[in-house]
Amino acid sequence: MRAVSFQQVCKTYPGARGALRALDGVSFDIEPGEFFGLLGPNGAGKTTLISILAGLTRASSGRVEVQGHDVVADYATARKALGIVPQELVFDPFFSVREALRIQSGYFGVRRNDDWIDELLASLGLADKADANMRQLSGGMKRRVLVAQALVHRPPVIVLDEPTAGVDVELRQTLWQFIARLNRQGHTVLLTTHYLEEAEALCGRIAMLKQGRVVALDRTSALLAGTASTMLGFKTDQPLPPAIAQHARVTGRIVQVKAHDAAEVESLLAQLRAAGVHVEDLEIGRADLEDVFLEIMQGAPAVAPARVAA
Amino acid sequence: MTGMGLEGTGTLLYKEVLRFWKVSFQTVAAPVLTAMLYLLIFGHVLEGRVQVYDGIGYTSFLIPGLVMMSVLQNAFANSSSSLIQSKITGNLVFLLVAPLSPQAWFVAYVGASMLRGLVVGAGVLLVTLWFAPLHAAEPAWIAVFALAGAALMGALGLIAGLWAEKFDQIAAFQNFIVMPMTFLSGVFYSVNSLPPFWLEASHLNPFFYIVDGFRRGFFGASDVSPWTSLAVVAASLVAVCGMALQLLRSGYKIRH
Repeated sequence: MRAVSFQQVCKTYPGARGALRALDGVSFDIEPGEFFGLLGPNGAGKTTLISILAGLTRASSGRVEVQGHDVVADYATARKALGIVPQELVFDPFFSVREALRIQSGYFGVRRNDDWIDELLASLGLADKADANMRQLSGGMKRRVLVAQALVHRPPVIVLDEPTAGVDVELRQTLWQFIARLNRQGHTVLLTTHYLEEAEALCGRIAMLKQGRVVALDRTSALLAGTASTMLGFKTDQPLPPAIAQHARVTGRIVQVKAHDAAEVESLLAQLRAAGVHVEDLEIGRADLEDVFLEIMQGAPAVAPARVAA
Repeated sequence: MTGMGLEGTGTLLYKEVLRFWKVSFQTVAAPVLTAMLYLLIFGHVLEGRVQVYDGIGYTSFLIPGLVMMSVLQNAFANSSSSLIQSKITGNLVFLLVAPLSPQAWFVAYVGASMLRGLVVGAGVLLVTLWFAPLHAAEPAWIAVFALAGAALMGALGLIAGLWAEKFDQIAAFQNFIVMPMTFLSGVFYSVNSLPPFWLEASHLNPFFYIVDGFRRGFFGASDVSPWTSLAVVAASLVAVCGMALQLLRSGYKIRH
């Protein structure tokens, strides 16, 4: 049985200047035990899709299931299987960390859950904050509590909506170690993030959304293999020859140019030399997910959803 | 409801009670003090000048009205302010992702509101008993109208909390609907002393029947039959609770 299944999900928001189509026939499945990444630029529909999964938003059409349970018709069973870490840093100012976790546990029908709550607090570095009021915690600590709240009923499917946005390095490390451990223990993880290196490092499979449609869906390794596999990088203050400038990604002094093989690298370097461009800090590396992402987002029009789902 | 549903409902009820109890100075003590001030001022001015029922002083007459007014206003304030706070701060998401049924939301929000209303009402009764003698002539009516009034306003607060998107919309609901309707329900006077037009108008106010029925329990005398009051209050309760449940089922303004 699929951990999560999106079937032809559409969402249209009514607006003053006509309807906004946030999701346009999104279909894909996530298998049990997968670490799955959902990527896309701002406004692509990632959060809308996750909100529909969580029951915060209702799809205009289509169907979403968690472990075979429809998120509308059989919402209670579906939600019990889900642990959602919301994007916004929200908290209830009336309660301490432990109270908030006990209450959240109770909503899911899990009483006397203190052993697991203690384990969560320890794993997330919150043990000494258990009795602190939520208001007294720093932003990073509040984020950890949100993760603990999402996991308090031991959900088989964990959904993290940009959990590391604006989070310091230490928490990012703690969080990923913990989530990776849960994934090894069999939990399914669905992650949206803007940090593509995180997605590349963690996710076995990735879907990319653009304007409410799935434009790529594959194993991370296949996505990386499918694009130009080598990236030539260097720094320069001089203008590039037009033939190279056309294909280069320039960030300040940093220039990155795709190359398919060693011969192409040689040819690029020859062109630069011929143009008299002085090159510093020359690197030849593998293309990373960011390159794939930009290629897909700038390139091909949205792939027909039916083909992607196959 | 399954066992899990009951656990979830119980937890949400507990959380809602804990929420107001943690700030009980503001949610319980303050309204008791306000009611006591009304009693001191109106009792001082009107004792001996106004007599509604034979043998009952004005201060005694006023106490049940003040108790019921406190029950109604605080039951409304509890569910409405809890919901609007959760909506605005965003922590309603913790409830929205939980497997709680619309019935569970209803029972918990209305239950906690009733408890706050009744605790404040009991507090007002307790402190005002120092000022005038009072005994329960027909105690069943006291219980029936206290419970029904608290439930009605808890459910109305739930509707207001779901509908409102800003704090000032809740304040408007409270100041322009709840306050006038409670003040004009005969808390401070018998509606029979009003000119005919206002007497008729008062009979259209469901709060009048709650206050009148509640007072009946203390004095054994009332402006209208307690059975009439019970019928009006029961019909209002069914309508308001039905609407609140329907809004929860449809996810009105909380699931987009």
